Amino acid sequence: MHRIVYKKQLSENVKLFDVEAPLVAKKFKAGQFLIVKIDEKGERIPLTIVDTDKENGTIRIIFQEVGKSTKKLGLLNVGDMIQDVIGPLGKPAEIKKFGKVVCVGGGVGVAPLYPQAKALKKEGNEVISIIGARNKDLIILEEEMKSVSDRLYITTDDGSYVRKGFVSDVLREILEKEKIERVITIGPAIMMMVTARETKPYNVKTIASLNSIMVDGTGMCGACRVSVGGETKFACVDGPDFDAHLVDFELLMERQRIYLEEERKAMELFEEECKCR
Amino acid sequence: MPLIKEKTKMKEQDPKKRIKNFHEVALGYSLEDALKEASRCLQCKDSPCVRGCPVNIEIPAFIKLIKEGKFDDAIKKIKEKNNLPAICGRVCPQENQCEKFCVMGKKFEPVGIGRLERFAADWEIKKGIKNPKKAKSTGKKVAVVGSGPAGLTCAGDLVKLGHEVTIFESLHKPGGVLVYGIPEYRLPKKIVEIEIDYIKKLGAEIKTDFVIGKILSVEELLEEYDAVFIGTGAGLPRFLGIPGENLNGVYSANEFLTRVNLMKAYLFPEYDTPVKKGKRVAVIGAGNVAMDSARTALRLGAEKVYIVYRRSEKEMPARNEEIEHAKEEGVEFLLLANPTEIIGDENNWVKQMKCIKMKLGEPDESGRRRPIPIEGSEFPVDVDIVVIAIGQSPNPLVPEATKGLKIAKHGNIITDENGRTSLERVWAGGDIATGAATVIAAMGAGKKAAADIHKFLSE
Repeated sequence: MHRIVYKKQLSENVKLFDVEAPLVAKKFKAGQFLIVKIDEKGERIPLTIVDTDKENGTIRIIFQEVGKSTKKLGLLNVGDMIQDVIGPLGKPAEIKKFGKVVCVGGGVGVAPLYPQAKALKKEGNEVISIIGARNKDLIILEEEMKSVSDRLYITTDDGSYVRKGFVSDVLREILEKEKIERVITIGPAIMMMVTARETKPYNVKTIASLNSIMVDGTGMCGACRVSVGGETKFACVDGPDFDAHLVDFELLMERQRIYLEEERKAMELFEEECKCR
Repeated sequence: MPLIKEKTKMKEQDPKKRIKNFHEVALGYSLEDALKEASRCLQCKDSPCVRGCPVNIEIPAFIKLIKEGKFDDAIKKIKEKNNLPAICGRVCPQENQCEKFCVMGKKFEPVGIGRLERFAADWEIKKGIKNPKKAKSTGKKVAVVGSGPAGLTCAGDLVKLGHEVTIFESLHKPGGVLVYGIPEYRLPKKIVEIEIDYIKKLGAEIKTDFVIGKILSVEELLEEYDAVFIGTGAGLPRFLGIPGENLNGVYSANEFLTRVNLMKAYLFPEYDTPVKKGKRVAVIGAGNVAMDSARTALRLGAEKVYIVYRRSEKEMPARNEEIEHAKEEGVEFLLLANPTEIIGDENNWVKQMKCIKMKLGEPDESGRRRPIPIEGSEFPVDVDIVVIAIGQSPNPLVPEATKGLKIAKHGNIITDENGRTSLERVWAGGDIATGAATVIAAMGAGKKAAADIHKFLSE
């Protein structure tokens, strides 16, 4: 059992928790993730670790409420317990001194991007960050990203904050002018696909963190399988970071849709049950 | 008393009814059944049956106690060697082990040893298992990685000898393949829970949600524990490597069964984990896991379920009992057929599978006749779910994260006959050392390792 010790609403559907998990806090490395199971009947969902507080033995998670499980999680409050917290899972990100790196984050993908940007900065890289979202309300971790970046760019699809447009617009301009050693991209599959397409002509090594559907998260079931360079890989143990130029993003998007019908059904029943809305 | 030539039948749920539920198929012996079956045992002095048992249960002795109506003593006798009798009585392939060597079996049907074991275990469960006495502590500490059959057995034997044992399980529930793999209708999870609880009452501590290799390394465990046993199983699913294998609707048997068994997707939406319930399901492979998947698909409501196997019925690796049950329930067998491609619709969902007919050639290294494709014999099968059940490889998580641990070509940890690995104070056993095998073989390995660990700790 893991107690929630802090809760903050970042936007309408995005929430932040600090959760007691001392061993996970001790072991977590940027790029790794977590599996959470809220209660006895809950499903196992992969979540992002944003930061850790080793002294207090807590981990910080940020999640977007997209289905029943994340909605249920969002209803928990400080003092409530999460039944299972399993991690850190996956391979840590490759963190070393590359030179000039660009970190591209979209929506709630900025959450797992932050620890990577932070680690890259600490390693002595010049970190340029571009974060984007549909609108101003959905921009998260602006201050945190600023604190670990040499330059921070922000875009919103509707122009409600800073620059109107997409993260890829800014990335393209940077690539045209500057020599970039590496790009990290985390966000919706479509955004990561577009990022990879932008960097390909410049031959800049681009790493995407893939958010597949998972069950166990330890390489046991293969639900999270992705195609990388024509080879089947498991995002949970072989990743979640992969060479974005080799990832079949269309397959990733198709596989993310497998349970849409069931998710909708579960959500309807849940909303009826707790009359959330 | 006249000699009874046939094994006493065990009552089963009617096939028509049982494919609509997840309740246990085999209902166990009644008291009369058990007494009758126990009377068939010849009480052979040299007990060949015991040699067939990987954990060496004193079979004639416990059967004699059943015959005399001393059921409490019978289960006590079994538990001297086996801490998981209700599980073994259900899932052991007795026909290849104890019962294979039964003298009765030479002329008639062997004694139903497994069924009697189950009877004795269920008798105790029904009555309520008394708390066992804890052994006096030796002060030695052992870490067991994985709470499947190998780990539970190793832990059980070590705590009985007074060692302090902590079991680390990566999933949220202990039991390994007993909870994620073997379906409820063959091994009720309540039974698994009760027997694991017994191991806990003996004194073993179980820590769930602990992924060794990630949160703690074997190296770190060795700092705190005197010995480590690795029993992390064969958790890595194999795929066929044919086009279309990543289409929506293609499952590994591990995923399909884990969703249904561990996560209880058959109770969705009461439970949150979904599973796709196909109308027409093809299961590739013909081992026990394939039969489990096929029969699970039926129970989820499939109209048609195929077992697709590249050899003939004779070579099928599943237990006869499982094959018979699958047939009774209406699973169709497409034998001497091998899938070559899975075809998707415009939305990336499985709609058809292309298979090729096979014939059998000369025996290969496994002793089974090698299947050879018949050119130009491709045929389509319309399906919406494909479950790949062609085997699992050893789980690479711990081996990969453990420096100095010697690994064989297929990913299994190399051990000697007592389970010792290339690392000092580290033992391994079960599927992680042998590749995918049976529950009882893993238990046998756990037992051997426990004995060797005890010897080491006593030195």
